[in-house]
Amino acid sequence: MLRRITIRCYVLPQPWRTGTAGVAGRPWREGVRSISDKDRATTGAAGTTLFMKLADWTELGRMDELACMDSPVHRLDARTKALVTLAFVAVVMSFPRREISALMPFLLYPVVLTSAGRIPARQIFRKLLVAAPFAVLVAIFNPVLDRQPVNIAGPFVMTGGWISFSSVVLRFVLTAWAALALVACTGMNRLCAGLEQLGVPRVFVVQLLFLYRYLFVVADEAAKMTRALELRSGEKRAMSLRVYGSIVGQLLLRSVDRAQRVYRAMKARGFDGEIRLPDSPRLHPADAFFAAACIAFFAAARIWNIADMLGSMLAGRPA
Amino acid sequence: MSHHIVEVRDVHFAYPDGTDALRGISMRIEHGESAALVGCNGAGKSTLLMHLNGYLPTQLGEIRIGDIPLSRGTVATARRAVGMVFQDPDDQLFMPTVAEDVAFGPLNAGLPPREVEHRVAAALARVGMTEVRNRPPYRLSAGEKRAVAIATVLAGEPDILVMDEPSSNLDPRARRRLIELLRSFEHTKIIATHDLDLVLEVCQRVIVMDGGRAVADGPVTEILGNEELMLAHGLELPGLLRRRNALP
Repeated sequence: MLRRITIRCYVLPQPWRTGTAGVAGRPWREGVRSISDKDRATTGAAGTTLFMKLADWTELGRMDELACMDSPVHRLDARTKALVTLAFVAVVMSFPRREISALMPFLLYPVVLTSAGRIPARQIFRKLLVAAPFAVLVAIFNPVLDRQPVNIAGPFVMTGGWISFSSVVLRFVLTAWAALALVACTGMNRLCAGLEQLGVPRVFVVQLLFLYRYLFVVADEAAKMTRALELRSGEKRAMSLRVYGSIVGQLLLRSVDRAQRVYRAMKARGFDGEIRLPDSPRLHPADAFFAAACIAFFAAARIWNIADMLGSMLAGRPA
Repeated sequence: MSHHIVEVRDVHFAYPDGTDALRGISMRIEHGESAALVGCNGAGKSTLLMHLNGYLPTQLGEIRIGDIPLSRGTVATARRAVGMVFQDPDDQLFMPTVAEDVAFGPLNAGLPPREVEHRVAAALARVGMTEVRNRPPYRLSAGEKRAVAIATVLAGEPDILVMDEPSSNLDPRARRRLIELLRSFEHTKIIATHDLDLVLEVCQRVIVMDGGRAVADGPVTEILGNEELMLAHGLELPGLLRRRNALP
Protein backbone atom coordinates (compact mmCIF):
# COMPACT_ATOMS: atom_id res chain seq x y z
CA MET A 1 0.00 0.00 0.00
CA LEU A 2 2.61 2.48 1.13
CA ARG A 3 4.86 1.72 -1.78
CA ARG A 4 2.17 2.67 -4.25
CA ILE A 5 1.67 6.10 -2.69
CA THR A 6 5.33 6.69 -2.62
CA ILE A 7 5.60 6.48 -6.31
CA ARG A 8 2.63 8.71 -6.73
CA CYS A 9 4.00 11.46 -4.51
CA TYR A 10 7.15 11.17 -6.45
CA VAL A 11 5.87 11.83 -9.95
CA LEU A 12 3.48 14.64 -9.02
CA PRO A 13 4.20 17.90 -10.80
CA GLN A 14 6.52 19.94 -8.64
CA PRO A 15 5.89 23.61 -9.30
CA TRP A 16 8.07 24.64 -6.35
CA ARG A 17 11.04 23.40 -8.28
CA THR A 18 10.56 26.09 -10.88
CA GLY A 19 10.11 28.81 -8.28
CA THR A 20 6.48 29.46 -7.62
CA ALA A 21 5.10 32.22 -5.46
CA GLY A 22 3.38 29.85 -3.15
CA VAL A 23 2.72 29.64 0.49
CA ALA A 24 5.03 27.31 2.33
CA GLY A 25 4.85 24.26 0.16
CA ARG A 26 1.37 24.90 -1.10
CA PRO A 27 1.93 26.97 -4.17
CA TRP A 28 -1.58 26.64 -5.54
CA ARG A 29 -3.39 27.39 -2.37
CA GLU A 30 -4.47 30.86 -3.27
CA GLY A 31 -4.49 30.82 -6.98
CA VAL A 32 -1.44 30.00 -8.97
CA ARG A 33 0.82 32.92 -9.55
CA SER A 34 4.11 31.81 -10.96
CA ILE A 35 7.14 33.96 -10.53
CA SER A 36 10.03 33.26 -12.80
CA ASP A 37 13.57 34.10 -11.78
CA LYS A 38 13.36 37.15 -14.00
CA ASP A 39 10.24 38.40 -12.24
CA ARG A 40 11.84 37.73 -8.94
CA ALA A 41 14.79 39.89 -9.83
CA THR A 42 12.52 42.83 -10.53
CA THR A 43 10.45 42.67 -7.36
CA GLY A 44 11.36 44.71 -4.30
CA ALA A 45 14.80 43.89 -2.98
CA ALA A 46 13.76 43.49 0.64
CA GLY A 47 10.76 41.45 -0.36
CA THR A 48 12.98 39.27 -2.47
CA THR A 49 15.33 38.38 0.37
CA LEU A 50 12.39 37.41 2.52
CA PHE A 51 10.98 35.47 -0.36
CA MET A 52 14.22 33.63 -0.85
CA LYS A 53 14.22 32.54 2.76
CA LEU A 54 10.68 31.35 2.35
CA ALA A 55 11.49 29.44 -0.77
CA ASP A 56 14.08 27.57 1.22
CA TRP A 57 11.64 26.79 3.94
CA THR A 58 9.25 25.62 1.31
CA GLU A 59 11.76 22.95 0.41
CA LEU A 60 11.63 21.88 4.03
CA GLY A 61 7.99 21.03 3.55
CA ARG A 62 9.04 18.27 1.19
CA MET A 63 10.72 16.44 4.05
CA ASP A 64 7.37 15.09 5.18
CA GLU A 65 6.72 13.68 1.73
CA LEU A 66 10.14 12.10 1.57
CA ALA A 67 9.52 10.59 4.97
CA CYS A 68 6.34 8.87 3.79
CA MET A 69 8.21 6.94 1.12
CA ASP A 70 9.23 3.37 1.62
CA SER A 71 12.78 1.98 1.50
CA PRO A 72 14.94 -0.25 3.66
CA VAL A 73 16.24 2.87 5.40
CA HIS A 74 12.74 4.21 5.99
CA ARG A 75 11.74 0.90 7.55
CA LEU A 76 14.47 1.12 10.19
CA ASP A 77 13.31 2.18 13.61
CA ALA A 78 13.58 5.90 14.39
CA ARG A 79 15.54 5.13 17.55
CA THR A 80 18.20 3.20 15.66
CA LYS A 81 18.67 5.97 13.14
CA ALA A 82 18.72 8.67 15.80
CA LEU A 83 21.37 6.87 17.84
CA VAL A 84 23.53 6.06 14.84
CA THR A 85 23.32 9.66 13.66
CA LEU A 86 24.31 10.83 17.12
CA ALA A 87 27.28 8.47 17.12
CA PHE A 88 28.23 9.72 13.66
CA VAL A 89 28.15 13.35 14.75
CA ALA A 90 30.15 12.58 17.90
CA VAL A 91 32.84 10.69 16.00
CA VAL A 92 33.13 13.35 13.28
CA MET A 93 33.47 16.05 15.92
CA SER A 94 36.12 14.12 17.83
CA PHE A 95 38.83 14.56 15.16
CA PRO A 96 41.63 17.08 15.68
CA ARG A 97 41.08 20.52 14.25
CA ARG A 98 43.26 20.23 11.16
CA GLU A 99 42.05 16.82 10.06
CA ILE A 100 40.69 16.52 6.54
CA SER A 101 41.74 13.27 4.92
CA ALA A 102 40.62 11.03 7.78
CA LEU A 103 37.17 12.66 7.62
CA MET A 104 36.67 11.80 3.96
CA PRO A 105 35.58 8.16 4.45
CA PHE A 106 32.77 9.43 6.66
CA LEU A 107 31.08 10.86 3.58
CA LEU A 108 30.15 7.29 2.83
CA TYR A 109 27.53 7.21 5.59
CA PRO A 110 25.30 10.11 4.45
CA VAL A 111 25.79 9.12 0.82
CA VAL A 112 24.64 5.58 1.47
CA LEU A 113 21.73 6.74 3.63
CA THR A 114 20.58 9.24 1.01
CA SER A 115 20.83 6.88 -1.91
CA ALA A 116 19.33 3.88 -0.09
CA GLY A 117 16.50 6.13 1.08
CA ARG A 118 16.04 7.35 -2.51
CA ILE A 119 16.18 10.95 -1.34
CA PRO A 120 16.85 13.38 -4.21
CA ALA A 121 20.31 14.86 -3.67
CA ARG A 122 19.25 18.39 -4.58
CA GLN A 123 16.80 18.36 -1.68
CA ILE A 124 19.71 17.86 0.67
CA PHE A 125 22.16 20.19 -1.06
CA ARG A 126 19.79 23.14 -1.11
CA LYS A 127 19.25 22.88 2.59
CA LEU A 128 22.97 22.52 3.17
CA LEU A 129 23.52 25.69 1.17
CA VAL A 130 21.01 27.59 3.27
CA ALA A 131 22.76 26.58 6.48
CA ALA A 132 26.30 26.90 5.09
CA PRO A 133 26.80 30.60 5.95
CA PHE A 134 26.59 29.75 9.64
CA ALA A 135 29.38 27.19 9.38
CA VAL A 136 31.46 29.50 7.21
CA LEU A 137 31.02 32.32 9.71
CA VAL A 138 32.22 30.12 12.54
CA ALA A 139 35.48 29.35 10.74
CA ILE A 140 35.98 32.51 8.70
CA PHE A 141 38.69 33.94 10.95
CA ASN A 142 40.78 30.76 11.11
CA PRO A 143 42.82 31.62 8.00
CA VAL A 144 43.57 35.08 9.44
CA LEU A 145 44.49 33.90 12.92
CA ASP A 146 46.45 30.78 12.02
CA ARG A 147 49.06 31.50 9.34
CA GLN A 148 51.42 28.67 10.14
CA PRO A 149 52.34 26.90 6.86
CA VAL A 150 51.57 23.21 6.70
CA ASN A 151 52.85 20.79 4.12
CA ILE A 152 49.97 18.88 2.63
CA ALA A 153 51.12 16.89 -0.35
CA GLY A 154 54.38 17.16 -2.17
CA PRO A 155 55.03 20.74 -3.17
CA PHE A 156 51.63 22.01 -1.93
CA VAL A 157 51.69 24.15 1.20
CA MET A 158 48.65 25.66 2.91
CA THR A 159 48.36 27.73 6.05
CA GLY A 160 47.01 25.89 9.08
CA GLY A 161 44.10 28.34 9.13
CA TRP A 162 42.86 27.34 5.72
CA ILE A 163 43.14 23.69 6.61
CA SER A 164 41.14 24.06 9.80
CA PHE A 165 38.64 26.22 7.88
CA SER A 166 38.17 23.43 5.33
CA SER A 167 37.91 20.94 8.13
CA VAL A 168 35.12 22.91 9.82
CA VAL A 169 33.21 23.21 6.57
CA LEU A 170 33.68 19.52 5.83
CA ARG A 171 32.44 18.59 9.28
CA PHE A 172 29.46 20.85 8.78
CA VAL A 173 28.62 19.12 5.50
CA LEU A 174 28.97 15.69 7.08
CA THR A 175 26.91 16.34 10.19
CA ALA A 176 24.22 18.49 8.61
CA TRP A 177 23.84 16.03 5.77
CA ALA A 178 23.52 13.12 8.18
CA ALA A 179 20.90 15.03 10.20
CA LEU A 180 18.93 15.98 7.08
CA ALA A 181 19.04 12.43 5.80
CA LEU A 182 17.81 11.26 9.19
CA VAL A 183 14.79 13.58 9.08
CA ALA A 184 14.10 12.87 5.41
CA CYS A 185 13.91 9.12 5.88
CA THR A 186 12.24 9.13 9.28
CA GLY A 187 9.84 12.09 9.44
CA MET A 188 9.63 14.55 12.28
CA ASN A 189 6.72 12.84 14.07
CA ARG A 190 8.38 9.45 14.07
CA LEU A 191 11.71 10.93 15.01
CA CYS A 192 10.21 12.80 17.94
CA ALA A 193 8.34 9.72 19.11
CA GLY A 194 11.61 7.78 18.86
CA LEU A 195 13.47 10.38 20.87
CA GLU A 196 10.82 10.19 23.54
CA GLN A 197 11.15 6.41 23.70
CA LEU A 198 14.88 6.88 24.10
CA GLY A 199 14.20 8.86 27.24
CA VAL A 200 14.57 12.43 26.01
CA PRO A 201 12.30 14.52 28.29
CA ARG A 202 8.92 15.10 26.73
CA VAL A 203 9.21 18.86 27.18
CA PHE A 204 12.11 18.95 24.72
CA VAL A 205 10.51 16.54 22.27
CA VAL A 206 7.26 18.49 22.13
CA GLN A 207 9.26 21.71 21.80
CA LEU A 208 11.05 20.25 18.79
CA LEU A 209 7.85 18.99 17.25
CA PHE A 210 6.14 22.36 17.59
CA LEU A 211 9.18 24.24 16.37
CA TYR A 212 8.96 22.21 13.19
CA ARG A 213 5.18 22.53 12.83
CA TYR A 214 5.10 26.26 13.48
CA LEU A 215 7.97 26.96 11.14
CA PHE A 216 5.48 26.46 8.34
CA VAL A 217 2.90 28.57 10.09
CA VAL A 218 5.31 31.50 10.30
CA ALA A 219 6.53 30.98 6.74
CA ASP A 220 2.94 30.92 5.59
CA GLU A 221 2.11 34.22 7.24
CA ALA A 222 5.35 35.79 6.04
CA ALA A 223 4.65 34.73 2.47
CA LYS A 224 1.20 36.28 2.57
CA MET A 225 2.51 39.56 3.99
CA THR A 226 5.41 39.78 1.57
CA ARG A 227 3.09 39.20 -1.31
CA ALA A 228 0.71 41.91 -0.14
CA LEU A 229 3.66 44.27 0.26
CA GLU A 230 5.12 43.48 -3.14
CA LEU A 231 1.80 43.93 -4.87
CA ARG A 232 1.40 47.41 -3.44
CA SER A 233 4.96 48.66 -3.49
CA GLY A 234 5.12 49.15 -7.25
CA GLU A 235 8.55 49.98 -8.59
CA LYS A 236 9.97 50.82 -5.19
CA ARG A 237 12.77 48.44 -4.39
CA ALA A 238 13.89 48.94 -0.85
CA MET A 239 11.70 48.52 2.17
CA SER A 240 11.94 51.43 4.60
CA LEU A 241 12.96 50.62 8.15
CA ARG A 242 9.55 51.71 9.38
CA VAL A 243 7.70 49.32 7.09
CA TYR A 244 10.16 46.56 7.89
CA GLY A 245 9.61 47.03 11.61
CA SER A 246 5.88 46.94 11.29
CA ILE A 247 6.03 43.86 9.05
CA VAL A 248 8.18 41.95 11.49
CA GLY A 249 5.96 42.95 14.40
CA GLN A 250 2.83 41.98 12.51
CA LEU A 251 4.41 38.69 11.53
CA LEU A 252 5.03 37.85 15.15
CA LEU A 253 1.51 38.76 16.25
CA ARG A 254 -0.12 36.93 13.37
CA SER A 255 1.95 33.81 13.87
CA VAL A 256 1.11 33.77 17.56
CA ASP A 257 -2.57 34.00 16.65
CA ARG A 258 -2.33 31.31 14.05
CA ALA A 259 -0.28 29.05 16.29
CA GLN A 260 -2.93 29.46 18.93
CA ARG A 261 -5.63 28.36 16.50
CA VAL A 262 -3.63 25.30 15.48
CA TYR A 263 -3.06 24.46 19.12
CA ARG A 264 -6.76 24.90 19.83
CA ALA A 265 -7.58 22.45 17.04
CA MET A 266 -5.11 19.96 18.48
CA LYS A 267 -6.54 20.38 21.97
CA ALA A 268 -10.05 19.88 20.63
CA ARG A 269 -8.98 16.47 19.39
CA GLY A 270 -7.50 15.44 22.68
CA PHE A 271 -3.81 16.31 22.29
CA ASP A 272 -2.17 16.06 25.70
CA GLY A 273 1.50 16.40 24.88
CA GLU A 274 2.10 12.79 24.00
CA ILE A 275 2.86 11.87 20.42
CA ARG A 276 1.07 8.74 19.36
CA LEU A 277 1.74 6.83 16.19
CA PRO A 278 -0.63 4.48 14.39
CA ASP A 279 1.80 1.57 14.42
CA SER A 280 3.90 1.18 17.51
CA PRO A 281 7.52 1.07 16.38
CA ARG A 282 9.32 -2.19 16.91
CA LEU A 283 12.98 -3.07 16.65
CA HIS A 284 13.83 -5.64 13.98
CA PRO A 285 17.00 -7.63 13.35
CA ALA A 286 17.72 -5.18 10.54
CA ASP A 287 18.01 -2.41 13.13
CA ALA A 288 20.66 -4.27 15.06
CA PHE A 289 22.53 -5.07 11.86
CA PHE A 290 22.40 -1.46 10.62
CA ALA A 291 23.54 -0.07 13.97
CA ALA A 292 26.35 -2.61 14.33
CA ALA A 293 27.61 -2.10 10.78
CA CYS A 294 27.55 1.70 11.08
CA ILE A 295 29.22 1.82 14.48
CA ALA A 296 31.89 -0.65 13.35
CA PHE A 297 32.57 1.51 10.30
CA PHE A 298 32.74 4.71 12.36
CA ALA A 299 35.12 3.06 14.80
CA ALA A 300 37.35 1.74 12.02
CA ALA A 301 37.41 5.10 10.26
CA ARG A 302 38.22 6.82 13.55
CA ILE A 303 41.12 4.55 14.37
CA TRP A 304 42.67 4.20 10.93
CA ASN A 305 42.95 6.88 8.31
CA ILE A 306 41.27 4.90 5.54
CA ALA A 307 41.82 7.59 2.91
CA ASP A 308 45.57 7.62 3.57
CA MET A 309 45.75 3.85 3.60
CA LEU A 310 43.98 3.64 0.27
CA GLY A 311 46.23 6.32 -1.17
CA SER A 312 49.36 4.49 0.01
CA MET A 313 48.05 1.22 -1.32
CA LEU A 314 47.39 2.75 -4.73
CA ALA A 315 50.76 4.47 -4.73
CA GLY A 316 52.36 1.18 -3.76
CA ARG A 317 54.25 2.43 -0.72
CA PRO A 318 53.87 1.43 2.95
CA ALA A 319 51.48 3.60 5.02
CA MET B 1 -23.55 9.97 27.90
CA SER B 2 -27.13 9.17 27.07
CA HIS B 3 -28.40 12.63 26.26
CA HIS B 4 -26.59 14.75 23.75
CA ILE B 5 -27.72 17.98 25.25
CA VAL B 6 -25.90 21.28 25.31
CA GLU B 7 -27.00 23.78 27.86
CA VAL B 8 -25.62 27.28 28.26
CA ARG B 9 -26.73 29.13 31.38
CA ASP B 10 -26.17 32.86 31.66
CA VAL B 11 -22.60 32.77 30.39
CA HIS B 12 -20.52 35.94 30.46
CA PHE B 13 -17.12 36.36 28.93
CA ALA B 14 -14.79 39.32 28.48
CA TYR B 15 -11.48 39.14 26.61
CA PRO B 16 -8.37 40.39 28.41
CA ASP B 17 -8.46 43.61 26.36
CA GLY B 18 -11.83 44.41 27.91
CA THR B 19 -14.09 43.45 24.99
CA ASP B 20 -17.31 42.00 26.37
CA ALA B 21 -17.94 39.12 24.02
CA LEU B 22 -20.69 37.33 25.88
CA ARG B 23 -23.11 39.14 28.17
CA GLY B 24 -25.34 36.56 29.74
CA ILE B 25 -26.28 34.13 27.02
CA SER B 26 -28.52 31.14 27.71
CA MET B 27 -29.78 28.35 25.50
CA ARG B 28 -30.57 24.66 25.63
CA ILE B 29 -30.08 22.48 22.62
CA GLU B 30 -31.81 19.13 22.81
CA HIS B 31 -30.76 15.66 21.74
CA GLY B 32 -30.63 15.36 17.95
CA GLU B 33 -31.53 18.95 17.38
CA SER B 34 -29.89 20.95 14.64
CA ALA B 35 -29.48 24.57 15.69
CA ALA B 36 -27.97 27.51 13.83
CA LEU B 37 -26.22 30.41 15.51
CA VAL B 38 -26.57 33.49 13.36
CA GLY B 39 -25.62 37.09 13.98
CA CYS B 40 -23.41 39.79 12.56
CA ASN B 41 -19.61 39.79 12.91
CA GLY B 42 -18.58 40.31 16.49
CA ALA B 43 -21.89 39.09 17.89
CA GLY B 44 -20.03 36.50 19.98
CA LYS B 45 -20.70 33.35 17.97
CA SER B 46 -17.11 32.11 17.80
CA THR B 47 -16.52 33.00 21.45
CA LEU B 48 -19.53 30.93 22.42
CA LEU B 49 -18.34 27.99 20.33
CA MET B 50 -14.96 28.11 22.00
CA HIS B 51 -16.73 27.75 25.32
CA LEU B 52 -18.58 24.63 24.23
CA ASN B 53 -15.50 22.43 24.27
CA GLY B 54 -13.92 24.17 27.19
CA TYR B 55 -11.22 26.03 25.29
CA LEU B 56 -12.29 29.26 26.93
CA PRO B 57 -13.24 28.91 30.58
CA THR B 58 -16.56 30.40 31.63
CA GLN B 59 -16.02 33.51 33.69
CA LEU B 60 -19.59 33.60 34.91
CA GLY B 61 -22.43 31.16 34.32
CA GLU B 62 -22.38 27.48 33.47
CA ILE B 63 -22.16 25.17 30.48
CA ARG B 64 -23.49 21.64 30.65
CA ILE B 65 -22.70 19.01 28.07
CA GLY B 66 -25.06 16.05 28.40
CA ASP B 67 -26.03 16.95 31.97
CA ILE B 68 -22.43 17.28 33.13
CA PRO B 69 -21.28 20.77 34.03
CA LEU B 70 -18.12 21.79 32.19
CA SER B 71 -15.16 22.24 34.51
CA ARG B 72 -11.45 21.53 34.56
CA GLY B 73 -12.13 17.97 35.59
CA THR B 74 -14.72 17.22 32.92
CA VAL B 75 -13.18 19.06 29.99
CA ALA B 76 -11.57 15.91 28.52
CA THR B 77 -14.92 14.11 28.51
CA ALA B 78 -16.59 17.14 27.00
CA ARG B 79 -14.03 17.31 24.22
CA ARG B 80 -14.72 13.73 23.34
CA ALA B 81 -18.45 14.44 23.25
CA VAL B 82 -18.21 17.69 21.31
CA GLY B 83 -16.59 17.51 17.89
CA MET B 84 -15.46 20.90 16.75
CA VAL B 85 -14.97 21.83 13.10
CA PHE B 86 -13.02 25.06 12.93
CA GLN B 87 -13.49 27.89 10.50
CA ASP B 88 -10.17 27.52 8.69
CA PRO B 89 -9.39 23.90 7.75
CA ASP B 90 -5.72 24.84 7.46
CA ASP B 91 -5.64 25.33 11.22
CA GLN B 92 -7.15 21.94 11.74
CA LEU B 93 -5.13 19.83 9.34
CA PHE B 94 -1.57 19.71 10.57
CA MET B 95 -0.34 16.17 10.03
CA PRO B 96 1.71 15.07 7.01
CA THR B 97 -1.06 13.00 5.42
CA VAL B 98 -4.86 13.02 5.49
CA ALA B 99 -5.02 9.56 7.08
CA GLU B 100 -2.64 10.54 9.87
CA ASP B 101 -4.64 13.68 10.47
CA VAL B 102 -7.89 11.76 10.75
CA ALA B 103 -6.15 9.28 13.07
CA PHE B 104 -4.90 12.05 15.36
CA GLY B 105 -8.03 12.22 17.53
CA PRO B 106 -8.57 8.46 17.94
CA LEU B 107 -4.87 7.95 18.71
CA ASN B 108 -5.03 10.62 21.39
CA ALA B 109 -8.04 8.83 22.83
CA GLY B 110 -5.73 5.84 23.26
CA LEU B 111 -7.60 3.48 20.92
CA PRO B 112 -5.87 0.32 19.68
CA PRO B 113 -4.38 0.52 16.14
CA ARG B 114 -7.06 -1.66 14.53
CA GLU B 115 -9.87 0.43 15.92
CA VAL B 116 -8.04 3.60 14.82
CA GLU B 117 -7.71 2.25 11.28
CA HIS B 118 -11.36 1.28 11.26
CA ARG B 119 -12.41 4.74 12.39
CA VAL B 120 -10.19 6.48 9.86
CA ALA B 121 -11.61 4.41 7.03
CA ALA B 122 -15.19 4.91 8.21
CA ALA B 123 -14.83 8.67 8.70
CA LEU B 124 -13.19 9.19 5.31
CA ALA B 125 -15.81 7.02 3.61
CA ARG B 126 -18.54 9.00 5.32
CA VAL B 127 -17.36 12.27 3.80
CA GLY B 128 -16.41 10.63 0.49
CA MET B 129 -12.70 11.31 0.81
CA THR B 130 -11.32 7.78 0.87
CA GLU B 131 -9.24 8.33 -2.24
CA VAL B 132 -7.24 11.23 -0.79
CA ARG B 133 -6.23 9.40 2.37
CA ASN B 134 -2.52 9.31 1.65
CA ARG B 135 -2.15 12.81 0.27
CA PRO B 136 -0.80 15.73 2.26
CA PRO B 137 -3.73 17.90 3.43
CA TYR B 138 -2.33 21.13 1.99
CA ARG B 139 -2.55 19.70 -1.50
CA LEU B 140 -6.32 19.40 -1.36
CA SER B 141 -8.89 21.84 -2.68
CA ALA B 142 -10.88 23.96 -0.23
CA GLY B 143 -13.88 21.65 -0.54
CA GLU B 144 -11.79 18.54 0.05
CA LYS B 145 -10.06 20.18 2.99
CA ARG B 146 -13.40 20.99 4.57
CA ALA B 147 -14.61 17.43 4.08
CA VAL B 148 -11.40 16.05 5.58
CA ALA B 149 -11.66 18.48 8.51
CA ILE B 150 -15.13 17.10 9.16
CA ALA B 151 -13.77 13.55 8.90
CA THR B 152 -11.08 14.31 11.50
CA VAL B 153 -13.87 15.23 13.87
CA LEU B 154 -16.16 12.33 12.94
CA ALA B 155 -13.32 9.88 13.65
CA GLY B 156 -13.61 10.87 17.31
CA GLU B 157 -17.26 9.70 17.19
CA PRO B 158 -18.63 12.76 18.96
CA ASP B 159 -22.25 13.06 20.08
CA ILE B 160 -22.44 16.73 19.29
CA LEU B 161 -21.06 18.46 16.20
CA VAL B 162 -20.11 22.10 16.49
CA MET B 163 -19.17 23.95 13.32
CA ASP B 164 -17.87 27.43 12.70
CA GLU B 165 -18.73 28.72 9.24
CA PRO B 166 -18.77 25.33 7.53
CA SER B 167 -19.69 26.71 4.11
CA SER B 168 -17.20 29.58 3.86
CA ASN B 169 -14.90 29.56 0.80
CA LEU B 170 -16.72 26.69 -0.85
CA ASP B 171 -17.79 26.60 -4.48
CA PRO B 172 -21.48 25.88 -5.14
CA ARG B 173 -21.01 22.18 -5.72
CA ALA B 174 -18.81 21.67 -2.66
CA ARG B 175 -21.33 23.67 -0.64
CA ARG B 176 -24.15 21.50 -1.94
CA ARG B 177 -22.22 18.36 -0.96
CA LEU B 178 -21.62 19.81 2.48
CA ILE B 179 -25.31 20.51 2.93
CA GLU B 180 -26.23 16.94 1.95
CA LEU B 181 -23.56 15.64 4.33
CA LEU B 182 -24.82 17.77 7.23
CA ARG B 183 -28.38 16.67 6.57
CA SER B 184 -27.30 13.04 6.77
CA PHE B 185 -25.82 13.38 10.28
CA GLU B 186 -27.99 12.38 13.18
CA HIS B 187 -25.75 14.17 15.68
CA THR B 188 -26.88 17.12 17.71
CA LYS B 189 -25.58 20.00 15.60
CA ILE B 190 -24.67 23.57 16.40
CA ILE B 191 -23.68 25.57 13.35
CA ALA B 192 -22.46 29.15 13.47
CA THR B 193 -22.80 30.66 10.03
CA HIS B 194 -23.67 33.61 7.84
CA ASP B 195 -25.00 31.28 5.16
CA LEU B 196 -28.69 31.66 5.91
CA ASP B 197 -29.75 29.51 2.97
CA LEU B 198 -27.72 26.66 4.41
CA VAL B 199 -29.50 27.21 7.71
CA LEU B 200 -32.87 26.90 5.96
CA GLU B 201 -31.87 23.55 4.52
CA VAL B 202 -30.01 22.02 7.45
CA CYS B 203 -31.41 23.39 10.71
CA GLN B 204 -34.73 23.29 12.46
CA ARG B 205 -33.93 25.97 14.95
CA VAL B 206 -32.24 29.35 14.82
CA ILE B 207 -30.68 31.38 17.59
CA VAL B 208 -29.93 34.99 16.70
CA MET B 209 -27.05 36.52 18.59
CA ASP B 210 -26.29 40.20 18.95
CA GLY B 211 -23.97 41.95 21.38
CA GLY B 212 -23.14 38.76 23.24
CA ARG B 213 -26.75 37.79 23.94
CA ALA B 214 -29.31 35.52 22.33
CA VAL B 215 -31.90 37.96 21.05
CA ALA B 216 -34.20 35.51 19.32
CA ASP B 217 -34.65 31.76 19.41
CA GLY B 218 -37.20 29.74 17.51
CA PRO B 219 -38.09 27.59 14.49
CA VAL B 220 -36.10 28.35 11.39
CA THR B 221 -38.80 29.76 9.08
CA GLU B 222 -40.29 31.88 11.83
CA ILE B 223 -37.01 33.58 12.69
CA LEU B 224 -35.39 33.82 9.28
CA GLY B 225 -38.68 34.97 7.74
CA ASN B 226 -39.01 37.86 10.16
CA GLU B 227 -37.51 40.65 8.10
CA GLU B 228 -37.82 43.27 10.81
CA LEU B 229 -35.94 41.10 13.31
CA MET B 230 -33.27 40.18 10.82
CA LEU B 231 -32.59 43.76 9.75
CA ALA B 232 -32.49 44.93 13.36
CA HIS B 233 -29.59 42.58 14.07
CA GLY B 234 -27.44 43.19 11.04
CA LEU B 235 -28.85 40.30 9.01
CA GLU B 236 -31.27 39.99 6.09
CA LEU B 237 -33.79 37.57 4.72
CA PRO B 238 -32.20 34.49 3.20
CA GLY B 239 -32.19 34.51 -0.61
CA LEU B 240 -34.51 31.51 -0.78
CA LEU B 241 -37.19 33.27 1.29
CA ARG B 242 -36.77 36.58 -0.52
CA ARG B 243 -37.36 34.88 -3.83
CA ARG B 244 -40.38 33.09 -2.45
CA ASN B 245 -41.80 36.39 -1.14
CA ALA B 246 -41.18 38.07 -4.46
CA LEU B 247 -43.31 35.52 -6.29
CA PRO B 248 -46.84 36.76 -7.00
